[in-house]
Amino acid sequence: MSLDLRIPLGLMFLIVGAMLSIYGFVTRGSEIYFRSAGMDINLIWGIVMLVFGLSMFLLGRYSDRHPKAPAVEGTDRPLGHGH
Amino acid sequence: MNLTTIDWLIMLLYFVFVLGIGFALKRFMKTSKDYLQAGRSLPAWICGLAFISANLGAQEVIGMGASGAKYGIVISQFYWIGAIPAMIFVGVFMMPFYYGSKARSVPEFLRLRFDEKTRAWNACTFAFMTVLSSGISMYAMARLIQTLHVFDSLFIHLGWPLQWIFHLSIILSALIVLCYIFLGGLTSAIYNEVLQFFLIVAGFLPLVWVGLKNVGGWSGLKTSLPQAYMHSWQGLGSAHTNPLGVDWFTLVAGLGFVLSFGYWCTDFLVIQTAMAANSEESARRVPLIAAVPKMFFPFLVILPGLIAIATPAVMRHTMGQAAPDGMAGTATAGAENLNAGKGLIPAKVDPATGKIMLDTHGQPVLDYDLAIPNMLLHYFPTGILGLGLTALLASFMSGMAGNVTAFNTVWTFDLYQAYIHKGASDAHYLKVGKWTTVVGILISMGAAYLVMGFNNIMDTLQLVFSIVNAPLFATFLLGMFWKRSTGHAAFIGLVGGTLAAVLHHGLTLSAGASPGIHGGWIHVVHTYPSAMALDFSQAIFAFTVNFILAVVISFMTKPRPESELVGLVYSLTPKPVEHHMAWYARPSVLAIGLLVLLVGLNFVFR
Repeated sequence: MSLDLRIPLGLMFLIVGAMLSIYGFVTRGSEIYFRSAGMDINLIWGIVMLVFGLSMFLLGRYSDRHPKAPAVEGTDRPLGHGH
Repeated sequence: MNLTTIDWLIMLLYFVFVLGIGFALKRFMKTSKDYLQAGRSLPAWICGLAFISANLGAQEVIGMGASGAKYGIVISQFYWIGAIPAMIFVGVFMMPFYYGSKARSVPEFLRLRFDEKTRAWNACTFAFMTVLSSGISMYAMARLIQTLHVFDSLFIHLGWPLQWIFHLSIILSALIVLCYIFLGGLTSAIYNEVLQFFLIVAGFLPLVWVGLKNVGGWSGLKTSLPQAYMHSWQGLGSAHTNPLGVDWFTLVAGLGFVLSFGYWCTDFLVIQTAMAANSEESARRVPLIAAVPKMFFPFLVILPGLIAIATPAVMRHTMGQAAPDGMAGTATAGAENLNAGKGLIPAKVDPATGKIMLDTHGQPVLDYDLAIPNMLLHYFPTGILGLGLTALLASFMSGMAGNVTAFNTVWTFDLYQAYIHKGASDAHYLKVGKWTTVVGILISMGAAYLVMGFNNIMDTLQLVFSIVNAPLFATFLLGMFWKRSTGHAAFIGLVGGTLAAVLHHGLTLSAGASPGIHGGWIHVVHTYPSAMALDFSQAIFAFTVNFILAVVISFMTKPRPESELVGLVYSLTPKPVEHHMAWYARPSVLAIGLLVLLVGLNFVFR
């Protein structure tokens, strides 16, 4: 398949991460964070997801531009020594 | 539940990506192999994550959280003893036969190794079970959406009756799953399973973090729970000294050997993802890669159950009783049933009387299935709540999708091509595969409504699954590792083992249950301390009957010539070589590393 999964996966986490961190930044100090033990979990986790998404996306783009030789299907027997 | 725009946006974005992946893959679907076997071209890490996600439906997530809240860390054994050894075995020893034999499905392997009748039996029972499982998943998702009141405000806003929420959930999930599988086949299902894997981690890791912080960290959790909750081996010397009601032998032999090997080594639902890998080496690595996250998943799905028990209840954030069918919106967080509950877990309320349900000792019966949903509602503010919910929805859908793709492969290759229409063009089978997806989804929807209409159908189906699966591993074990075993023996052993499981179920009962769907419907000759003990012992019994029957009949029948069994039986097949791989990529090295980790985890939580 020539669709590298890391590209859509990275993109999705990137967008969700950006949405969460922006929302978390805007609502920082709000009483909605009482329930998450006082942490601005939207901002913190948004940034974590953003970084993860970005790295996945970049990895996917990188390997898309530097394609490996096509994989040969299966491994033909016989391999090694039988008994 | 109060969802705000950001929660809806996150959910919507997920659906856009799911469908987008389907559309993006459509152009690659040119042959039946592309569609039903993902072209056998995917890298090991993708297949590995899909391998564990295929099993990690939301029922599993909610069920494991519930069991964690009920029994404690001992439930991790379903992920440790009950999965890791089998995943290592299938990767190291069995995958070369599945992948190397060029079989396109597990039933097809049985035809290559044994004969048509063994394949037909396996294909029919498997196809039947997969579409029904997919229906159960669909039903459970619609119920959860009702219980959490996800769509209530939307429906009230639009002036639609709340009873339609169930139907809308079924239709919506069916359409989305149908769309992305119809377009992108197995590849699409696998890609979405990987997406779901990361979503579950992203949604549950902060839940555990915030939850643990709130109860005072690990040490706070330990002090607020009964001591037995934090140990996985304590009291397993006898069935009467632990809450599971099983002793260590039944746990290890029943769960750790028969059930676990029967599932992870033979169930095409998970094996199909490994068979989609781009080489035999990758296929062997798939279950081994999957075993790493599998081992640590208890900390994501079981631990929240324990935290739910340890959290002091704050009523305004949590749900009370699950809404009965067609009554969404009537369930409110009743103060009474939360007070009678434990932590975030409310007591069950009898829908007929509105009173709290009590067990035989006069204690309230707790609704453990609400452990995970209540954790999400209690600890997550809007924003990340949308992410947590999306993770749950994603796991429901990919649970369905895995079943549907397994069904369309087995139907197309093992039933349609084998018995209905042989020798057609590949384009024809591609078309059949695609339209089977539609039929599979329609049957699943029918099953979902069947489960809704008849209360005990779910129990009956689970019972049928456990009876059919119980003897299965003996057939594969003998087939792959004993060249003398024959087709007649395999078939009679399989049928005999299944009948033995039926008979065992009819003759035994678990303590406290009444004869009927839970056993003892012929005559009760033995009573087990718990339902789990009955399940595990039944599996051991069915496996043993299948094994003995197959061995005896093999000696009475003529074996196939050895030349026909090369590539299908261990002793007649050249061993895969590993010396050209980097040391850390060798399956044997990975296997040893996994075993060390497994022992380590069991030692820490002994």
